[in-house]
Amino acid sequence: MEIPIIYNSLSTYLLIAAVLFGFGIYGIIKHRSLVGILISAELVLAAASINFMAFNRFLAPDPVIGQMFALFIMGLAAAKAVIVLSIIVVVYRNYKSIDPEDTAELAG
Amino acid sequence: MMPLFTVEGLAGLLFFVFVLLIILGALAATHAADLIRAVSGLALCMVGVAGIYYFLGSPFLSLMQILIYAGAICIAIVFAVMLAEPQGVRKFRRRHPIAGAGGLVASALLTWGLASLALKTAWPQAPEQINPGALEDVGRAMVTTFLVSFELISLVLMIVIVGALVLARQGRSRAGPEKSSNS
Repeated sequence: MEIPIIYNSLSTYLLIAAVLFGFGIYGIIKHRSLVGILISAELVLAAASINFMAFNRFLAPDPVIGQMFALFIMGLAAAKAVIVLSIIVVVYRNYKSIDPEDTAELAG
Repeated sequence: MMPLFTVEGLAGLLFFVFVLLIILGALAATHAADLIRAVSGLALCMVGVAGIYYFLGSPFLSLMQILIYAGAICIAIVFAVMLAEPQGVRKFRRRHPIAGAGGLVASALLTWGLASLALKTAWPQAPEQINPGALEDVGRAMVTTFLVSFELISLVLMIVIVGALVLARQGRSRAGPEKSSNS
């Protein structure tokens, strides 16, 4: 049995990140609830982190910089998730729904 | 091509398993009708991404990925689902008729563009790496080169904690939490 070795080339990782990014965009457009949109946005951020780490591993002279970028992306993603979730809870309290089409009134 | 039962062959098999985890998790996260299943798909996908980080030479980052994403963020989302969808599954009935097809076309175009860009670009030759990029180097860079960003991240996290408390407190009655009638 033979198996192709693909984990030593940059384009493999870039392709994985592109596919993950595509899934995230598709989910953002398709989902009918705010929590689902948040989940898809996390996929997009993970794709960006994979790109940073791939360039860091294969092209950067200092392999620390990409890891720091990915760590900061993780921190900002956690912060974003917390703020969005508390906004979702407030929206649910006011509208009794987390469908983004229902929150269509200003200055409520 | 490598024979399967060598170290490189088994590592290649493991790489395929992680890629499969990412794709299955992303499918579940985008296609599940139930929000709890979507969160489980996100956690699965993040475990796969952590494996990819391991292959990219950063065990520290893969551990952080599992801790923060598959642990903290997914649990926070589950809490929000429990607070915002307490009556369980609720079908989202009014989907726009072209949302699925339009999203598919848009994401396919973006993925095709990114993939062709990744495959066609002549990436430069990798330079000599000046350090192994181990945990020790990451920690040293964190408190020397990236000190300001590190402090800014902690400031952002503190603001987020206070902001989330302020946001979630609005709408509560001042006389204390309302009594739950039935559950």
